[in-house]
Amino acid sequence: MPLTTAVETIRDEPLTIGGRTFQSRLMVGTGKYPDMDTMVHAIEASGAEVVTVAVRRVNLDRSKESSVLHFLDPKKIFLLANTAGCYTAADAIRYARLAREAGFNDFVKLEVIGDEETLLPDVAGLLEAAKVLVPEGFKVLAYTNEDLVTALRLEDAGCAAVMPLASPIGSGLGLLNPFSVRTIKRRLHVPVIVDAGVGTASDACVTMEQGVDGILMNTAIAAAQDPVAMAHAMRLATIAGRAAFLAGRMQRREVAMPSSPTKGMLD
Amino acid sequence: MDVVINGEHKHIRGGTLLEVLEELELDPRAVVVEHNRKIVRRPALSEVTVATGDAIELVHFVGGG
Repeated sequence: MPLTTAVETIRDEPLTIGGRTFQSRLMVGTGKYPDMDTMVHAIEASGAEVVTVAVRRVNLDRSKESSVLHFLDPKKIFLLANTAGCYTAADAIRYARLAREAGFNDFVKLEVIGDEETLLPDVAGLLEAAKVLVPEGFKVLAYTNEDLVTALRLEDAGCAAVMPLASPIGSGLGLLNPFSVRTIKRRLHVPVIVDAGVGTASDACVTMEQGVDGILMNTAIAAAQDPVAMAHAMRLATIAGRAAFLAGRMQRREVAMPSSPTKGMLD
Repeated sequence: MDVVINGEHKHIRGGTLLEVLEELELDPRAVVVEHNRKIVRRPALSEVTVATGDAIELVHFVGGG
């Protein structure tokens, strides 16, 4: 179904990160899909331009089938390599350097995980890694928690974007702390992209309504009953949330106020 | 010669890193090579010779979030 993008229908600026400009504010991952065909169609339905990938060892027996690049066209999409699975700054730096050597761009979605159960970020390790990678010319998009001070420090370290979580990776719990995410957006100058935790379209919409610059998701699409249909829903929700933010919502009030005239009632 | 590739002990003919990739039937354009913890860029693959006991990591992009 053809749909106009937010940029076409409302007054909005494209999203610029690290000198690159994108029309879509929805970014998607490539993990956990039931099969590659579904993944390709879901990415297409999402309208995403930025697509994340992970760095892993080549399977020495079946290398040709296992690389995600056999199914994605790097000319059409922007590959954003992550450092998922890294638990130390040193590991994340190593993975980032390997990813850049693949030769597509110098962007990295920096993850340094601090806890196995929650996959919450190790913010000290994150800052340490960012401070090494930024001077090396990396455009660092830092996956962090929704803590303002950490976000400020990451910005000071030269990160190209800060990516606070909505809720833990793969949890589908939605935006748990809208206040903190809004505060981060208000205080930072670099783009704020909410990464991880959305479960369904309303979560994406509410997240975008906070005024953040974009949203990144993987499991919410890949683990849906119909990933392609959910990708489509996420596209709409991201646009809707952005449009609502730009429109400016009405004031909340604790008491009702009639929409219909109180005058002109019959005796 | 015996080397460690992607954490596995392997017996290979050896030679340069480019020759090792050929022996493993891997496309040098599709993998990134780390040799003894040091990244070797594609143009230099034919200039680095592998020695017994070397650790080689061959990585690429897979699905991830």
